Amino acid sequence: MTARDEILARLRTALADGPPPVPVPRRYRRVDDRSDLIDTLVDRLEDYRAVVHRGIDALPRLLSAVDRLAVPTDVPAGWLAGYAGRLHRDAPALSPATLDELDAVLTGCAVAVADTGTIILDAGPAQGRRALTLVPDRHICVVRTDQVVGLLPEALARLDPRAPLTWISGPSATSDIELNRVEGVHGPRRLEIVLISSGA
Amino acid sequence: MSHPVAPATGGGRIRTPLPFPTAARPAVADQQLRANLHRATRTIRAKRARVVDEVPDWEALRDAGSAIKADVQRRLPELLEQFEASATAAGATVHWARDAAEACRIVVALTRAAGADEVVKVKSMATQEIELNEALEAAGIAAYETDLAELIVQLGEDTPSHILVPAIHYNRAQIREIFQRRMPDAPADLSDEPAALAEAARVHLRRRFLSARVAVSGANFAVADTGTLVVVESEGNGRMCLTLPETLISVVGVEKLLPTFTDLEVFLQLLPRSSTGERMNPYTSMWTGVTPGDGPQTVHVVLVDNGRSAVLADPVGRPALSCIRCSACLNVCPVYERAGGHAYGSVYPGPIGAILSPQLTGVADNASLPYASTLCGACYDVCPVKINIPEILVHLRQQAPHPPAERATMGVLSWVMRSPRRWAAALRLARAGAGPLGAYRERRTGARTLRRLPWPASAWTRSRDLPLPAPQTFREWWEKQ
Repeated sequence: MTARDEILARLRTALADGPPPVPVPRRYRRVDDRSDLIDTLVDRLEDYRAVVHRGIDALPRLLSAVDRLAVPTDVPAGWLAGYAGRLHRDAPALSPATLDELDAVLTGCAVAVADTGTIILDAGPAQGRRALTLVPDRHICVVRTDQVVGLLPEALARLDPRAPLTWISGPSATSDIELNRVEGVHGPRRLEIVLISSGA
Repeated sequence: MSHPVAPATGGGRIRTPLPFPTAARPAVADQQLRANLHRATRTIRAKRARVVDEVPDWEALRDAGSAIKADVQRRLPELLEQFEASATAAGATVHWARDAAEACRIVVALTRAAGADEVVKVKSMATQEIELNEALEAAGIAAYETDLAELIVQLGEDTPSHILVPAIHYNRAQIREIFQRRMPDAPADLSDEPAALAEAARVHLRRRFLSARVAVSGANFAVADTGTLVVVESEGNGRMCLTLPETLISVVGVEKLLPTFTDLEVFLQLLPRSSTGERMNPYTSMWTGVTPGDGPQTVHVVLVDNGRSAVLADPVGRPALSCIRCSACLNVCPVYERAGGHAYGSVYPGPIGAILSPQLTGVADNASLPYASTLCGACYDVCPVKINIPEILVHLRQQAPHPPAERATMGVLSWVMRSPRRWAAALRLARAGAGPLGAYRERRTGARTLRRLPWPASAWTRSRDLPLPAPQTFREWWEKQ
């Protein structure tokens, strides 16, 4: 008997008492009724030491201080307007060693969750593959206001489970030393969010 | 007709080598350890309470989480088959392991097949449980823990003492000392500031991450309808391991399943707030098989039984399989706060360990653990999936082997207490026997109690006083009024 068949047979024997069907009560909130979603998102992001900038105009100013910038191949041209530093497009794919030498990466996101201050990347438009937003020490992430939802259930409904998903809530952190939160371990130590309006 | 296959208990690091009271004695006497544990558990309790209180529908989320997990247990065989089909269709290879040893053999073989002699590891309770690092080392494969706390414990040649914060028993000065002793690239003037210690770990592991070819992880959740695995973490070491290597091997207990991707909306609200006391942990990764051009191109999942079928077979103890390893129950437990994690012997300490470990191994092999509790119920109150830990503790105590003398005494006592007439007579007899002694003790010590009894009753008075019968019962007093 294979391990698979044996384990499945064990589990079926274990359930010989025939437990009855379990109805799942879903009385939790599935839609946020708050009107100030954007302010909530900013509050939660800043609580976890992400830096928030408002308006597309903040981008050129931010990028002017970045020498070597990684971007996904489909980064909107408008985000790079006036950028004079060295641009590294991820085509052909940048090696981990190369990514490690760059100063920052600029991407968009798929969804942002106000309630938890979470940015979700799904490798969709303007996001690139996962390594791109992991190895550089600074992640600049553009969030459109129409990408902001209130609660987790609203975010999950917008995601494709088959895409590789990365949920980011603040910069890399640890609480392993005396349970004090310290920002900055292996992931990007600086997370900056640029909030732009839907049309921008 | 084929015979039914019996559920089987498991092995690995889930057995107490010593009875809990014996193992707890040095920990309780260690002032430094108790101070570290007290400070850490108090901090995390306050953080959890703050972020749970701000969620208006917390109880509704707990109800949903509890029901989803009960549903998973009821349908576990079919959900596992569904997970296997979905993950395989997405490009993953699914393996099955009856026990710890078989799981280790599979991971060793897969690592060798990838041509690697080292692996980077994401913190995982399942790989701790099956003692994977030891098996890899025996096979000549170096395993590098990358979670900061796991790294501290590995460098300190110690074992974890907490599910979430394996190095909770160390303070910052002790961690600096371990780094300076065992981390060759640690700066000579390393301070004990947490930020400096985190920086040292970053530098130490950076090159290893960028060049690793095989990573080993666990999973917090495995989604049956999509074949998705989920890892919840903070530091980014998880993302490094799950993204950069060519081969990813994930060791997953069969109870980790969720029926649908949508169910994550419940558990990703319950878990971070219950475990680290954060609205959301810094990083959560989800992957479904292989994504061409993005992340590991060879993806393995090892589904492990190792005693879980035995837990499932007990209708009262079954909900222990609902545990999402948040460790909220450890942080509120008065026994854990004083004894620490090592006293529990198993990788699963605290209240959840006291019910899970004995069920995984069979109660006879962990008979002292169901008694490692005051039954105060704080664990039940904070459990995000509402596991009734006190109820299961009492249930397991009934299954634990009891010495013949205790069984005989209880038998007699039960006979006496079944009849009001016998009970009243027994009380009269006890009072007559103890009357002068009670009065004497009251004069001497101000209390009608005995401190020490001769053997075998000394087992009782070793940690408690024995009260002597009162001069009259309440009923007698009432009748005189």
